[in-house]
Amino acid sequence: MTPLSSYMILSAIVFVTGVVGVLIRRNIIMILLSIELMLNATNINFVAFSYYLDNVAGQVFVFFALTVAAAEVAVGLAIIIALYRGKATIAAEELNLMKW
Amino acid sequence: MKYALIPLLPFAAFLIIGLFGHWIRERAHWIAVPAVGISFLLSAWIFTEVAKGEPIHVTLYSWIASGAFTVDIGLYIDRLTAAMLLLVTVVSGLVHVYTIGYMHGEPGYARFFAYVALFTFSMLMLVMADNFLQLYVFWEAVGLCSYLLIGHWYERKTACDAATKAFIVNRVGDFGFGLGVMLIFVVFGTLQYDQVFAHAVLIEGQTINLLKPLGGEWPVAVMTVICLLLFAGAVGKSAQVPLHVWLPDAMEGPTPISALIHAATMVTAGVFMVARLAPLYNLSPAAMDVVAVTGGVTALFAATIALTQNDIKRVVAWSTVSQLGYMMMACGLGAYVAGIYHLLTHGAFKALLFLCCGSVIIALHHEQDMRRMGGLKDRMPITYWTMLIGALTLSGVPLTAGFFSKDVILVSAWSAGTLGKTLAMVGLVTAFLTAFYSFRLLFVAFWGESRVDPHHAPHIHEPSPTMTVPLLILAALSIFTGYLGIPGFIEPVLPGPDEMAVPHEGPAATGIMLLATLMGLGGIATAYIVYVKSPGLPDRLAQQWREAYALSFNKWYVDELYDRTIVQPTVALANGLWKIVDVEVIDGMVNGVGAATVLWGRALRLVQSGEVQHYALAMALGAVAILGMYLLLLTL
Repeated sequence: MTPLSSYMILSAIVFVTGVVGVLIRRNIIMILLSIELMLNATNINFVAFSYYLDNVAGQVFVFFALTVAAAEVAVGLAIIIALYRGKATIAAEELNLMKW
Repeated sequence: MKYALIPLLPFAAFLIIGLFGHWIRERAHWIAVPAVGISFLLSAWIFTEVAKGEPIHVTLYSWIASGAFTVDIGLYIDRLTAAMLLLVTVVSGLVHVYTIGYMHGEPGYARFFAYVALFTFSMLMLVMADNFLQLYVFWEAVGLCSYLLIGHWYERKTACDAATKAFIVNRVGDFGFGLGVMLIFVVFGTLQYDQVFAHAVLIEGQTINLLKPLGGEWPVAVMTVICLLLFAGAVGKSAQVPLHVWLPDAMEGPTPISALIHAATMVTAGVFMVARLAPLYNLSPAAMDVVAVTGGVTALFAATIALTQNDIKRVVAWSTVSQLGYMMMACGLGAYVAGIYHLLTHGAFKALLFLCCGSVIIALHHEQDMRRMGGLKDRMPITYWTMLIGALTLSGVPLTAGFFSKDVILVSAWSAGTLGKTLAMVGLVTAFLTAFYSFRLLFVAFWGESRVDPHHAPHIHEPSPTMTVPLLILAALSIFTGYLGIPGFIEPVLPGPDEMAVPHEGPAATGIMLLATLMGLGGIATAYIVYVKSPGLPDRLAQQWREAYALSFNKWYVDELYDRTIVQPTVALANGLWKIVDVEVIDGMVNGVGAATVLWGRALRLVQSGEVQHYALAMALGAVAILGMYLLLLTL
């Protein structure tokens, strides 16, 4: 049986990949996808703990997280399209309207 | 309740006129005059009731009840109060009627009546107070009314300044008065007159160390401290030296106010207070001496100033200061009866003199300088004859009320030891000066050639009956109050000091009476010689005695002295506080906080790059930092 630590290491790797992606990618779509990676890293943790603790609640949580993530992506993509129509770019460093 | 109606009727009039004055306007007197009139009738009825027997003492309601500190609103009416009630309601009523004519057509007509009604209420409550706090509150209330009414023509700067001056100078005295009331509570544990008077003898001999906060040793009798603190209030309110400066300036107010507040009633509150608290003052000979000397000095000092003033109202005002000094002197010598007697007669004849002045002022279109009067005798006969009666009474000519009351004061003073004899001499000199300046006023304003502005000269005429009838009534009172046996009536409630025994008969009394009469007639004769027989003599005298004339004309430079030593340093200090402490320090701190915030904001806004990834990085680093700290703490 795979030890819990393996799952956690995998989850950590995926999460850090997501964080780094968010921080360094310039394309907003890639940033959005990186956020999805971070979400799924937590999902891995949920499922792993649910299995090891014999508690099904964690898996139920994952269903909800996936659903919300799907909705979030839909909204996020819509925003990106709107942004692109307005600014003709989806590069994160050019979208600095909130600057002082 | 019937007793409470006396003050409450004027108060109701004040509320109605004050709240609805906008609609009432020129009809204000239809409310104020009946209210004061009924008050007068009730006072007269209570007077007869009190004259028959016991004093009336009712508690209206419990005002403050806080542990051992309880204060009621009560009414205490004995013979002294009853006499004061009559004085206040009579003069107030006549002044109300007079005001109808005097203030006719003024924009502030209703406001004026409202304040006069409020004043009447406050003054009635003051004289009927049965405890020190009530006395103090209404003492301040009459001061407030005085302030409001002096400043009636508030668009005139001089009137505003005079009102402010009156208020501030009075505050100086009232500060002492307030301290006195507090000390009474500390010592006696109560503020009720009857209880304080009953226990006053017990604290005789107790001392208080006045230099304790400084580590020194200066024991003074508690009763002396109390009496002197309370007297400080009387010095302010009754315009005694050195706080006399406000009263002559108060003449900026309308003349009916000068008659009611600054001659007959409010300014006599100080004398009334000393007489009311006679049981306390009797226990402190030192305080009594201070009262007597202050009164004597004031009497003579103010009389010398009245000699040279040219404004008719100011002559009468300085005369009021002088006469108040007379009353105070009598009270200080233990002759409370004489002081109060003179207070009552003075209330009638001084109100009369002021109202006569007002009548002249109206006839001459607000001309107050007597150098531009003259020859008014035939044009205004009623005013002239009533003013003549007022001046005769003020001079103490025999058969007038002033003669009797002044005589009682002088005889009582003569029999009160060495100090009394000295002050009796002062009183005699003052009597001469009083007669002189009263008739100077009369001769210059009413006799001789007319020096009136030719514009107004053809229109001089007697004012309307609403103004002349009060003059006639007051003139009658100026004579008759001498024959009512007032001293015998109030004597039982005003016990003098134990050693005091006033001989009303005997060669000394007769001598004083003759001397006082001689002084009065001599003053009149001198005025006649100087101002009627030999025109031009006053100017020559003024030239010859230039320094003395300047000293009197400039009121002994007291105003200038106060200006230099008190007013200007205070203004300079205030300016310093404003320009350095307020502008530099306080505003500096406030503006400094603002500027610091702006600076920090300017530095910190550089963080706001607007790029989402910078924020995300900050979040990630923050999360790492928190987690790191958490783990670190966990391992420790």
